[in-house]
Amino acid sequence: MAETSWQARVYAALKAARIAQVGYVPDAGHAHLIEAAHADPDIRAVVLTTEEEGIALAAGAWLGGQRAVLLMQSSGVGNCINMLSLPVNCRMPFFTLVTMRGEWAEFNPWQVPMGAATQAVLTAAGVHVRRAEHPDDAAEIVAASAALAFDSAVPVAVLLSQRLIGAKDFAK
Amino acid sequence: MRNDGTLNRRAVAATLLRNPGEMLVVTGLGAPTYDAAAADDRALNFYLWGAMGGAAMVGLGLALAEPSRRVLVLTGDGEMLMGMGSLATIAAAAPANLAIAVLDNARYGETGSQRSHTGLTTDLAAVAAACGWAATATARDMGEVEALTPRLRHEALFAVIRISAEEEARHLPPRDGAHLADRFRRALGVAGD
Repeated sequence: MAETSWQARVYAALKAARIAQVGYVPDAGHAHLIEAAHADPDIRAVVLTTEEEGIALAAGAWLGGQRAVLLMQSSGVGNCINMLSLPVNCRMPFFTLVTMRGEWAEFNPWQVPMGAATQAVLTAAGVHVRRAEHPDDAAEIVAASAALAFDSAVPVAVLLSQRLIGAKDFAK
Repeated sequence: MRNDGTLNRRAVAATLLRNPGEMLVVTGLGAPTYDAAAADDRALNFYLWGAMGGAAMVGLGLALAEPSRRVLVLTGDGEMLMGMGSLATIAAAAPANLAIAVLDNARYGETGSQRSHTGLTTDLAAVAAACGWAATATARDMGEVEALTPRLRHEALFAVIRISAEEEARHLPPRDGAHLADRFRRALGVAGD
């Protein structure tokens, strides 16, 4: 059997969780998922102008009986805070995968403040936070976190560590 | 640009929401939520009491999930201004079954009637058109509102309705989000999904 990438296994976990809508703000760390979602006839990929739109999109999807995921970078978490009151208050599932910046061999200092605050800010806003550090269990963490979000109807974020994603190389 | 709205918001909402059938309605926080509830508090209305700027995107997620049903977002100018980027997002996603009606009084009514950008320099219908909405309209009298009503149920239309800044008595629907979401999903028949 051909070896599949951890990103492909994460995508398979989203499919197994019956995700039907993927909202995203373009991000290099999510490039595989974004391309796969656009190529998938069973998934609707929606490019957003700002991350908070994806929370409202997911709420609308849930009201209509579909499951959504929001793909964003840690910098986008700061754009989301008040909109998180929507799934929290409505006791709706919310599921997001967050690629981390500012924590591992970060070149750009502007990414550091929000990267350092991401987990605390999400927790303070009522989101359950899980963290994936290694390629071998990233898909399992995504699958278990999606089950937590949709079966228990709570907001859940999986932080994909910058070490896992691979730090951006500005010398390239 | 001046605020030239003269229409009564409750009369406008009653017209837009007359005989709604199975239409799915999402309302923006503040007065549009009260207006829709005053017209008829029905299970297929989903009222936002917060999440400012999110009404149009809730409408998009719903429209994509339920492509065979009509979705109408009824919101105010301040709420739409806060989610102005979603006009670009929705135009790009191009759902055929979603329409937005903005009750534009050029004021932030909930906070003391301060002037909004639509009473200063911004034309939201022109913004929507520039974002790629093929159909936009502005209504200034009840005849135009009557003409918009069927269009909002058949077209991917972004409509601005110039209403008077006069405030109406608050008509408060339920505000527990979990209750509103659950009754909506049950009425839609997706509560088990």
